[in-house]
Amino acid sequence: MKTTKIIEMPDSVGTADYLRDDADMPHELMTLNMGPSHPATHGVLRLKLVVDGEEIVSCDPVIGYLHRGMEKIAENCHYNQYVAYTDRFDYLAPMSNNIAYACAVEKLMNWELPERGQAIRVLCAELSRISSYFLGLGVYAMDTGAMTAFLYCYEIKEKVHNFYEKICGARFTSSYTRIGGMTRDLPKGFEKEVLAFCDSVEKTVDEVKRLLLHNKVFIDRLVGVGVITREMALQNGMTGPNLRASGVKRDLRKTNPYLGYEKYEFDVPVAQEGDCYARFQLRLEEVLQSVRILRQVCDTMPSGPICVQNQWGVLPRKEDALQGMEELIRQFMVSTECVNAPAGQVFFAAENPKGELGFFLDSAGGGLPNRLKMRSPSFCTLSMLPELLPGHLISDVGAILGSFDFVQGECDR
Amino acid sequence: METIWTWCCDVLRNPQWFYLITTAAKLVLVFAVILAFVVLSVWIERRVAGWIQDRPGPNRAGLPLFLLRPFGSKEKQPLSKLLQFFGCPPDGIIARLCRWLRLDREIPTFGLMQPCLDGGKLFLKQEITPKYVRTIYFIMAPMLVLGPPLVAAAVVPFASGVDTHFGHISMCVANLDIGPLWVFAVSGLSVYGLTLAGWSSNSKYPFLGGLRATAQFISYEVAMGLSVIPLLMVYGTLNLQEIVQCQADSGWTLLPLWGEGMSLQRWVLFLPLAISFLMFATCIFAEANRTPFDMAECETDLVGGYHTEYSSMKFASFFMGEYAAMVIGSAMVVTLFLGGWSIGFGVDAWLADCSEWLAVLCQFIMFLIKLLAFIFFFVWVRWTLPRFRWDQVMKLCWLVFIELAVVNIALTAVILYFVH
Repeated sequence: MKTTKIIEMPDSVGTADYLRDDADMPHELMTLNMGPSHPATHGVLRLKLVVDGEEIVSCDPVIGYLHRGMEKIAENCHYNQYVAYTDRFDYLAPMSNNIAYACAVEKLMNWELPERGQAIRVLCAELSRISSYFLGLGVYAMDTGAMTAFLYCYEIKEKVHNFYEKICGARFTSSYTRIGGMTRDLPKGFEKEVLAFCDSVEKTVDEVKRLLLHNKVFIDRLVGVGVITREMALQNGMTGPNLRASGVKRDLRKTNPYLGYEKYEFDVPVAQEGDCYARFQLRLEEVLQSVRILRQVCDTMPSGPICVQNQWGVLPRKEDALQGMEELIRQFMVSTECVNAPAGQVFFAAENPKGELGFFLDSAGGGLPNRLKMRSPSFCTLSMLPELLPGHLISDVGAILGSFDFVQGECDR
Repeated sequence: METIWTWCCDVLRNPQWFYLITTAAKLVLVFAVILAFVVLSVWIERRVAGWIQDRPGPNRAGLPLFLLRPFGSKEKQPLSKLLQFFGCPPDGIIARLCRWLRLDREIPTFGLMQPCLDGGKLFLKQEITPKYVRTIYFIMAPMLVLGPPLVAAAVVPFASGVDTHFGHISMCVANLDIGPLWVFAVSGLSVYGLTLAGWSSNSKYPFLGGLRATAQFISYEVAMGLSVIPLLMVYGTLNLQEIVQCQADSGWTLLPLWGEGMSLQRWVLFLPLAISFLMFATCIFAEANRTPFDMAECETDLVGGYHTEYSSMKFASFFMGEYAAMVIGSAMVVTLFLGGWSIGFGVDAWLADCSEWLAVLCQFIMFLIKLLAFIFFFVWVRWTLPRFRWDQVMKLCWLVFIELAVVNIALTAVILYFVH
């Protein structure tokens, strides 16, 4: 039985001749259970692989090991209370989730943040993008056997976590945003530190490039492996860097600018090949673009308030609440009933490190959503696996999963 | 006293007893050195990895100061007392240096205790033999992995020889005339260990790991055997002691800078020998199952490869076997290509004129230094390069190395024919 699936590849990637089906001998197939605790499956993904020797015949991903019922929980939480849960979606970029969620609710409320608030959110989103990309790149490198690159990348992630700590007091579960603003302003001199950090990011990108990108072993392993064509990517609803690596120029920061992204100059890198190598290369490029945005944000950081002003629904300043009657009532109301959202439905998607994280909110009015639905990029990315993996070798599984840079917390919700 | 001495001399005068006694002594020395180097190379691996990755690596496990108490030290802070005794100011440069060396907290070993303690930990861990394994083979496999590298070490010369009253002592355990063949043959046996481990574990990941290891070992053995043939053609002998002696007289294989090594003939032969070195070193990496060739146990797709089901000392045997293979592989590279024990530039002959025992000591130290340098190289490569994919490893062997080795042999033959 001919079970090998021939994948059509763009010309530039050459041919992977190990995909050839050489004999019609009767093969004995073996079911190999990869995960839920396996070093290559980053978290708790389980792949039921049917292998013919080393070659994968079919793949059945099993998800849901990290399901916590996040969407249901949202129905019983005030909008502000739910922010803390958003940290746990894509736990490698908690700030991005906070921001995406807050923006979604603000869209429902039809609020516009003041300029400084927007700039701070852009700053945080790009910082967490850098952190998430670097972790993804490092883990990806480790999956292909290059341990050292992982630690170089992790150093950058550590620095971003230090920034988180300075911004909001927590290193990991930031919960920084509130509906209509942020918990607190940036510390003094923060922009200067971020600018210094930008230089170190560029240095590390250069190091990783020299260590891996031009490495023969690395290239041999990844070029032509896990090729996702433009059509496949679009059909499966892939987003983010994985989509752009397949030749689709789509970046929500450009197409539907939010938080004033239209003010900053940056490019959207696109790769045509759609293989694992292109995805690695593209992420490195995108890190540099994020650095570009960070520099512009730091240079043009406006002053002023960080929260929406004069809105019933945003906490007053603590000093005012202690002295004014009106503010005290507002403080009480916001803490107990949160924002008074209008009835309606709204969808907002943000360009997150893993792809487009969308929130669909159905509100019947008041401080609780009627229904919250997430569109998680990792879920869509992983849905590609049954189509993509057959025909590859077991060794390629690590490389392909690594190149997807998915996170189970977001996929399983 | 006198009678014992004469009795000893009589025993030693008997050539058979002399041979047995000296061999036993050499055996103990080599065994001790290899086991020490296994521990040492684990430590080197971790320290160098730390150095490469911008982190300290193991530097904390020193000997605690309470070990001094049985020797009469009642002090809580022996360092400050000691500094006071020598009249050093408590925040002077010497005191700070001592504190940097952590002398105030422990007797520093720079983390060297860590591999020893690791060994102890593995020894004390619970021994698990799963119900579903084939027990006899499961237990046999680690022995088969650890044994061969230790046996292969017998032919590696670690110094030249000395002439005593009772006879000549050649400084290798077995001065065989088939040195490299012995090493290849014996170290090839460890493939049985890997195969059996993979098969008897009766589990899928070890099974795949065992299969990969078998195919890789067998393939690379072919390439390794072929890659050293040019060298053997040049030296015209299979006796490792003689090969090293040649290198001591006329320049190392890769550094022919003295003696006859300066001749045009040797420099023309440098190209095939360099190719041979590159191939042999790569094959050693593959044989020792090290990155970028650690297919059999690459943790990102096979979890732990063939030793997934092993625990405690059985796992440690695999671990030690891998490092022992690395030490022996390095020793072979050093012996064949980097001059073995020879110090080079004619120093050996000069030292031997002064005192043979001194020469042997210096050569032994030189050999260990070279060995450490090559182990460092091993570690350096491991922490820098990504891993090959399984089919690429096999392709590299069968489509590149074996062809290249055959061409290299032909090239050497042609050069030798025309130069002579």
